[in-house]
Amino acid sequence: MKSTATGGAAAPVPPAPAPAPDRDTPPNARKSVTGTRKLIAAGFLLPALVLLGALVVYPIGYSVYRSFFDKSGDSFAGLGNYVEIFTDDTILTAVRNNAIWVVVAPTVATALGLIFAVLTERVRWGTAFKLVVFMPMAISMLAAGIIFRLVYEQDPNRGVANAVWVGVHDTFNESAGFPKARPLPVHPLKPGGGGSFVTKEPVRAGTPAQLPLVGVAPAKMPSDARPAAAAKPADGEVTGTAWLDFTRGGGGRPNVVDPEELGLKGIKVEAVKDGKVVASATAAADGTFSLPAAADGAQLRLPATNFREPYNGVDWLGPTFVTPAIIGSYVWMWAGFAMVLIAAGLAGVPRELMEAARVDGANEWQVFRRVTVPLLAPVLAVVMVTLMINVLKIFDLVFIIAPGSSQDDANVLALQLYRSSFGTDADLGVGSAIAVLLLLLVIPVMLFNVRRMRRETRR
Amino acid sequence: MSTDVYDGGVPAGSGKGGADASTGDASSKGTASAPGAGPGAGPGARPSLGSRLVASASGGALRIFLILVALFWLMPTIGLLLSSLRDSSDIAASGWWEIFIAPAQLTTENYARLLDNEVITGSLLSSVTITVPATVLVVVIGSLAGYAFAWMDFPGRDWWFLVVVGLLVVPVQVALVPVSKLFGAIGIFETTFGVVLFHVAFGLPFAIFLLRNFFAEIPRELLEAARLDGAGEIRLFTRVVLPLGGPAIASLGIFQFLWVWNDMLVALIFADSKSPPITVALQQQVRQFGNNIDVMAPGAFVSMVIPLVVFFAFQRQFVTGVMAGAVK
Repeated sequence: MKSTATGGAAAPVPPAPAPAPDRDTPPNARKSVTGTRKLIAAGFLLPALVLLGALVVYPIGYSVYRSFFDKSGDSFAGLGNYVEIFTDDTILTAVRNNAIWVVVAPTVATALGLIFAVLTERVRWGTAFKLVVFMPMAISMLAAGIIFRLVYEQDPNRGVANAVWVGVHDTFNESAGFPKARPLPVHPLKPGGGGSFVTKEPVRAGTPAQLPLVGVAPAKMPSDARPAAAAKPADGEVTGTAWLDFTRGGGGRPNVVDPEELGLKGIKVEAVKDGKVVASATAAADGTFSLPAAADGAQLRLPATNFREPYNGVDWLGPTFVTPAIIGSYVWMWAGFAMVLIAAGLAGVPRELMEAARVDGANEWQVFRRVTVPLLAPVLAVVMVTLMINVLKIFDLVFIIAPGSSQDDANVLALQLYRSSFGTDADLGVGSAIAVLLLLLVIPVMLFNVRRMRRETRR
Repeated sequence: MSTDVYDGGVPAGSGKGGADASTGDASSKGTASAPGAGPGAGPGARPSLGSRLVASASGGALRIFLILVALFWLMPTIGLLLSSLRDSSDIAASGWWEIFIAPAQLTTENYARLLDNEVITGSLLSSVTITVPATVLVVVIGSLAGYAFAWMDFPGRDWWFLVVVGLLVVPVQVALVPVSKLFGAIGIFETTFGVVLFHVAFGLPFAIFLLRNFFAEIPRELLEAARLDGAGEIRLFTRVVLPLGGPAIASLGIFQFLWVWNDMLVALIFADSKSPPITVALQQQVRQFGNNIDVMAPGAFVSMVIPLVVFFAFQRQFVTGVMAGAVK
């Protein structure tokens, strides 16, 4: 493994007394072997230093300076722009969302990475698994954004997230799906409250009941609905037909099962006596149903569940769920990163410690919780910090996935910076203040890196 | 260096668990049907039948779990791929999974139309003309500076290097406004050259950091031997340091290539709006997402092909780069 990964790249030489660039230092020090002239050194460094100075260092100074001036850039605004970040509603949403992002996304990605790294260690094709999970790292956030726009499509017939969700939902909560179906005044049904319909008269065994409805577009009928059949009278049973009393092209008579009229397949029928359901049945493909003798003298009710709008799934990209949804796509991209780094760290953990714990009777969970995780703590910290820095600047995913209507709800600092700086009605003062805020937030990490490197260069 | 990075350098011992579980699988099933057969079959040191059964059962559950996770992880990408292979009317009518019921829907028409679309083909070319120079320049300038920081003497060497390390985590967002003003003043705003310069500048801290640390580990004796043969500083750099730095330079190159190819934000602001790179060209279609899936799905897939090819061809270098870049 490359030692720079988690920190320890140092010259493999004995310590030099001080970084004194003098030719009198001991011959072992990592210094020039040719006795470089300063001019040559300058030639090697110049392109890098010019670019870094002009395009990285100077902009920092400019942004800090500009953040203290107002929109026009002419008058001094003091901390006004910074105050605006924490008072303006839109920007405040961005601050809040960024806080959610920085806490949730790295934690979830690291947790998943840890789980995957530990589990794949014991499987022979672990490398193939890692390849699959790591692959999204190679693609652009734009492509990932398009991929997840597709996943989160609202229509359950198009977006896989809602297709799965609706599938699960309907398994536990079926909806027969005849929204807007209703009886005509001439029909023997009347509204029964709460969206249900009941027969005007009680039904009798041996006399087929008729439950005609209208208001279902032929295209919305179940594809396997068959032409309705008049129910046959049966002794000791309440039979009947529920059908769509509507003939395409006209010519149908109300309250009569005409030849081309379809049965309301799957509609639920309940027999109600004194407010209690005594029997229930579901109509067959031709609309016929039969109820036991207990239903004799009851009113038939078509409960409201028959007429509920079909469940349409979660509005993933609506105001409520848009941020969690986008965080999900981020985790999809970056869990592999956490996994690979943690797996590398895991490889360096001495096996004997885990074996010793197992010999002492610890179960796998205890070994994981008490031995593996504490030993991996430094790697986990590096992964978390790296992801936090990364998440702080998140832009592309939010910009691509959040539709225009919920972009304000999904707002994050980098997106707000882009809008404040380059959008219509740009305010460079606020844009620069956000840039400086982002920079301030990474300064602890910057100092940490510098201190670590200083220890190593001094060594 | 960096031989087994991707596998996390799994030591030989840990592979044993997997092998054990699978061989144990077959034998334990056999004995399970005839528990009376006694322990004679296996070597005496094997764990008890019960614990082996538990181990193989949990091993099976683990494998099923991992397969499900892998499928789950692949599903979004497969969805994009299959959507890109369907007609726009099919996409509008039903989900991509319908293709498993109606494979006849598969068509390459979207791709044919995409390759006829001059905006898209032009943007692919723009992506190349931005990415290749930005990668080459970062490698060249970064290794010059990395060598200087590793092996040259000049006042304040370590101090300068620490400044570069400090710049590692500077967010690009800080530079967007100032640099666009600067580029505007010198007339390279919205040009390919400007995008390249921006990417090079922000790629340099990591390049210098990575290469300086790598070059510093080159054995001093090698450099001295070359020096005794009369090599000057430049010769030393091109004939000794660069060849030895191959692995690090490869990692850096792959990493930078993917970074620039995948970038959207910088190109969105600095690229020539008449010849944007593929990411920006696709981004411009996103507003009409519902109507444009037949362009966006194949477009996104084409834009992914190059990074994916690079990724699969150079996994090891990529992973090394990613791990070294953990601070970025």
